[in-house]
This record gives sequence, structure tokens and C-alpha cells, in this order.
Amino acid sequence: MIAVELRKLFRRPRTWISVFLLCLLPTIVAVFLAVSGVGPRPGEGPAFLSAVLSNGRLYPAAALGIVLPVFLPLAVAVVAGESIAGEASIGMLRYLLVRPVARTRLLIAKLIAVIVYTLLAVVAVAVSGLAVGILVIGEQEAGAAATITVSGTPLSTGQLLIRAGLMMGYIGWSMLGVASVALFLSTVTTSALGAALGGIAVLVGSTVLVGLDAASSVNDWLPTRYWLAWVDLFRDPILWHDIERGLLVQALWIVVLLAMAWAAFTSRDVNS
Amino acid sequence: MIVTRALSKSFGGVLAVDSIDLDVQEGERYGFLGPNGSGKTTTVRMLLGLVFATSGEIELLGREVPRRVGEALPDVGALVEGPAAYPHLSARTNLDLLDAAGPRGTRMSGRARRTRIDEVLDQVGLGGVGRKPVGAYSLGMRQRLGLAAALFGRPRLLVLDEPTNGLDPQGIQEVRQLLLQLNRGGTTVFLSSHLLAEVEQLCTRVGVMDRGRLVAQVAMDEVRRPTGRAVIRVGDPGAALALLDGRVAERSGDQLIVTDVPVEELTRRLVGAGIAVLEAVPERNSLESLVLALTGPGSDRVDGPR
Repeated sequence: MIAVELRKLFRRPRTWISVFLLCLLPTIVAVFLAVSGVGPRPGEGPAFLSAVLSNGRLYPAAALGIVLPVFLPLAVAVVAGESIAGEASIGMLRYLLVRPVARTRLLIAKLIAVIVYTLLAVVAVAVSGLAVGILVIGEQEAGAAATITVSGTPLSTGQLLIRAGLMMGYIGWSMLGVASVALFLSTVTTSALGAALGGIAVLVGSTVLVGLDAASSVNDWLPTRYWLAWVDLFRDPILWHDIERGLLVQALWIVVLLAMAWAAFTSRDVNS
Repeated sequence: MIVTRALSKSFGGVLAVDSIDLDVQEGERYGFLGPNGSGKTTTVRMLLGLVFATSGEIELLGREVPRRVGEALPDVGALVEGPAAYPHLSARTNLDLLDAAGPRGTRMSGRARRTRIDEVLDQVGLGGVGRKPVGAYSLGMRQRLGLAAALFGRPRLLVLDEPTNGLDPQGIQEVRQLLLQLNRGGTTVFLSSHLLAEVEQLCTRVGVMDRGRLVAQVAMDEVRRPTGRAVIRVGDPGAALALLDGRVAERSGDQLIVTDVPVEELTRRLVGAGIAVLEAVPERNSLESLVLALTGPGSDRVDGPR
């Protein structure tokens, strides 16, 4: 069933179009930066954008920073929201279940397809970001052979690769939180759109509360609270505190929501 | 093949299926009849483990449903409330994916699967369908594809809900012949329908649903048994009336319904009296009269207050 879900994922034009669009936005931003040479002041605009003007090799991180707040979670929520509700709305859910595909198995296969999609999107954005960074922005400061961390110390290529890998893993894990919300909603509705929008609504709601001082009592447990903690991976030394907390908080959301999705899906009547 | 005991299902306090005891034997062609909204589809969904019963028991191919439905389903082919397919993929890819989605041990190897796909597509009359995406299919073609998916694993039991929906008379005839042929090969057919003619022409036994209750479960031979009356059409109805004094129950035009006289004696007496006999047959009960006598209006009829 897992292989079938992956085949379905990769055969859908939407999968590739959405990944392409995710890569397109950072590319457009890079072109503007390179042409104008005007970057946002440090501390403003998406993470990292001010740093990359001096070094294109940091652009994968900036590219992910650009798509992270809205577009990446949006794409992931659409795919995850589609998983069960999409099958239900075209009537295939009943035929899969009587094939038979056990409900738990179907849910796991869908989850794996969502994870694969998320990784595909993150890696595609990072790789296209690297290519664009080197080609369009380049290494503008003469003599800057090594990549520089946010803290200002140099970084060897090996270290950069490791940290980029950790960054992609962390962002993927954060996206899985959104995916879990959409996947859960997908099991209780037959509207794929509704499930995806529900996932986005939780994301937006969380972002609003994170920025609200009055909500500081729950702040640390909100899913988007530590989303940008991966920036700390590019400090020297790496600041692990927020990253660890982020992984933990996200894990709680993922476990609870996936358990809810499983409970809802295995006990519900399939009337679609 | 299918046994239910006191099977009930309520949706939010409304009883959709009310304590039904189904019994479908191996090799039968069972017709599951009833007006729209009488609980047929909910029952079919419960049999297949899609909907969970509120109370009662189900046995499908000897396996308890829903607990062990996964063991029975590989031997069941189903068409429930219309066909479905991935619209951007071809019929072949759809069948391929559906087979590959099954549990280990029930799915075919690549080569066997391709052969089987050609076979079932031929069987349902879609052999030359090519690589067109299913989204571009007509209603009838989708119905045929749904049937192909149901037949794919050579099931011992076919559960079909309105299988001729969207087919023209030619297509309906084809499907009927196909089902008869499969049934001769040992496949049990469970056909849910509100089309009396379809059931009458195909089935060996019928179950009739009305407002959630199973109001009858009888063999078709039983349904069609003679009523003991005769239906005749004669050249001179007036003379026949006089001859059969008091034995004529009904008259409409030149057609008379005669009680208490066997057909052979009736024709002899009429011919003896010089009355031309155009038609003379024993009257039989029909499925229609049985169903109309047993069921109320369907739930899709909503009368206003008078």
C-alpha cells in the first residue's frame, strides 16, 4: 500500500507543480536581490536574507526561510488534507477499504506519502536555493572563501553540509506538525479543502498567539513557537536549547494528532 | 455466504436498518429489493465493514464482520453506490493500483496482473479502451469499469449495488448475461436494486426491504406461483361472461379474469360454445405485486400536510 501511495503521489501533476512553485519564489527573490543589491536590514525580513547578499552559499537557508511561514506549510497541508478526505470525495475510499486495505495501514501509507512529499519539497527548495545562490548571487565579497555563520565565524563546507542537513530535518519535522493537523481533519471530513484550510487555520492561530504577550502562559507549547529555531544551527557554537524544545513540542503535537486521526478513522462509518 | 442476525443500524437515533436476518446461500443469485431509503445501501455497507452496526451480528463467508472482515473481503467483489476511480489515470492504471493496494497474498505479480486486466476489461466490454483517463469516460463506461474492478480478483461473492445504473438496454442485457455466466461458474451474486425488472430477470431469491425492515425473503419460484385464476382474452366478451356466469372476477375490455376453472377446461368450454379464444394463461403472482403489497412509499417521497 505504501508503494501504491507513493506511485499515486508521484503520478500527480500537482505534486510537481507545487514543488516547482515553492522553488520559484526564492528564485524570484534572489533575482531581485542580485539585480538591486539592496537587502533587508539585519533583523528585518525573512531569516537570513540580509546575510546572503555577502554569500550565495547561505541561500538555501534563506530560501527555506522565505517559504517557511506560509507556502511550505500550505503545500504540506493541501497534500495531507487530501489524504483521506480526497479518497472519500471521489468515492475511492470505500473501494480501497473493501479491496481490502486495513484502515490503520491506509493511514500509515498516507502519512508516509505526506512525509515523502514534505522531504521532497524541503530538499527541492534547498537544492534549488543553492544553485540559485551560487549562480545568481555568487560570492560577492572578494576573499570570502569560507561560508560565514550568523555569529561571524567561518564554516567549512563539511560543517555547512551537516548543518544544512540538520536544518532540513528540523524544518521537515516542523512541517509534520501541520501535516498531522490536516491529516486528522482529513479523517473526519470528506472535504479535502476543508481539511487543508483547517491545518492552515491552526497554523495562523498559533502564529497570532505566539506574537501575543497576553498568551505567554501557553506560548511555549504552541506548534509554531520554535519554527525558526533552526536559525540557531547556523550560530557558532550551535544553540541547542530552542531546537530541542522545538523538536519536543512538535513531537507532542504530532503524537496527539496522529493518535486522534487513528482513533477517528478506525471507528468511523464510511458513508461516502 | 451472508448471514445476519438481528442486524440494526441507527444514525443519530433514526433506525435505518431494523433487526434484519439475511440469509444468502452459496451459488444463489439473491435480489435485495426495496424503495429508495429503505436501508439497502446501509446494509450493504455494513456487510462490507464500511459502516459499523449498532447491534446484531454479521457473517460474511463464515467470517465475523467487522472483526475479521479483512479475511473475507479478498473473496468478495463489490460495487457500492456507483463506481469510482482516479479520474486522471487510465482504466488499466486504476485496476493496477487497486490490485497492488491489496494485502500480500491477494495481489498478483506484474505479468499476471496485466493479463488479468486485459481479461476483465474484455469481459465488461472495455477491451479497446486504451489509455484515455477515466475522467473522460461516459457514465456507462465508468459503470463497466466499476464492474471490472469488482470482478478482478475472481471473487466467490459479488455484492453489487445498482450495477446497471447508467447503462443502455443493450448494456443491461450484457451485464445480465455476464452475471449469469459467472453464477454458472459458482459465483454467488448479491444484487441490490430498486429495479424490479432487473431482479425479476436475474435472481433466484429475493429479500424485500421496507423502512429498514426485511419484510420478505422468498424464492422467485415462490413469488411467481400461480394464483389459481386464469387470464383470457376472447373474441366476444359478452357471450363469455354469460357462459362463465359468476366465475368472472374482473373484466377490462376483451380480457377476463376467471376463478375456479382450470385453463384447459376453460378453453374447451369457450371453444365448444363457439367463442374465439385469443389468449388463455394461468394467472401468476408477480414480483411487482408482492413488492407493492409489502412496501410503503420510498423515503424520497415527501408529502406535505393535507
